[in-house]
Amino acid sequence: MVCTNAEILAVILRLINANEEWNATGTGSYTATKDALQSRTYSILLLGAGLAGGEEADLREFVKTDFPGLKLVDHFGGGSGLLFAEIYQALA
Amino acid sequence: MAQTVFHSADTRGPASHGWLESFHTFSFAKYYNPERMNFGALRVLNDDDIAGGRGFGEHPHDNMEIITIPFEGALKHEDSMGNEAVVHAGEIQVMSAGTGIYHKEFNANPDERVKLLQIWLFPNQRNVTPRYDQQSFDLDANINELVQILSPDADDAGVWIHQNAWFSLGKFTAEKELTYKIKGAGNGVYVFALKGTVTAGGQDLQERDAVGIWDTTEFKIKTAPGTQVLLMEVPMCI
Repeated sequence: MVCTNAEILAVILRLINANEEWNATGTGSYTATKDALQSRTYSILLLGAGLAGGEEADLREFVKTDFPGLKLVDHFGGGSGLLFAEIYQALA
Repeated sequence: MAQTVFHSADTRGPASHGWLESFHTFSFAKYYNPERMNFGALRVLNDDDIAGGRGFGEHPHDNMEIITIPFEGALKHEDSMGNEAVVHAGEIQVMSAGTGIYHKEFNANPDERVKLLQIWLFPNQRNVTPRYDQQSFDLDANINELVQILSPDADDAGVWIHQNAWFSLGKFTAEKELTYKIKGAGNGVYVFALKGTVTAGGQDLQERDAVGIWDTTEFKIKTAPGTQVLLMEVPMCI
């Protein structure tokens, strides 16, 4: 998951990793996200808040071009409210 | 020709935690139904009943327009922007979460429950500066008509949000037939029966039933004595 708010990112990662079948890591910047995607294989990239408009667009294009099998999901916050549905829907 | 989708009250996802009794119209928390994810930009409609003094501890939000409308009791809000407020029945609260905000919300009364709707909309712009607002409305001074309580325009009636959406509330003591004209091109309306019965877009609604109506420019609403209804007009494309 990418989110520039470190505290929110920590909460989301804790919620996801409480599920034994899921394993999440977090990044706080556009550059760190690109590096992470190139370091290991992921099923989903959750796009949280905070990236600049241009960076967000570039990241979407990067994923579309270089990782076409990776599902990019806009995460709309709210703690666990929307998170699990976003993940279940992406994994379906 | 208008399209409709009917969501009866008993098809909502229940959540019973003792201190919180809730019904989720759309997938939320542990309630997941892939056929109930949203109605256009309307993503969350939770019908919450919270015990005295209890509530939701500090938690984060980002990139959602969060609207809270208590109908009985009062809710105390504190957030990371320094806002502290109590929102009572007869008031609407909005929080644009934007780049991120923490808040907590607790029943302001230790001895009575607070009953509210919590409504989340996808915004039309991501990563806005977080903001908070609340306003009062008076349905009793506007009996038998719809009262606008939310719009996209800061200069219009009600609160404003980062979305091309309009909310109206109505309290009726008589049978009336109204025509609701959709304000935004490409918008639909989610009609939620708060109390009593109402017919919207040809669909009869009992208490807590809802109907979504889209692909039309207007539709008829028929009320009865005791009808209380919430109309949420939202973009259908997100």
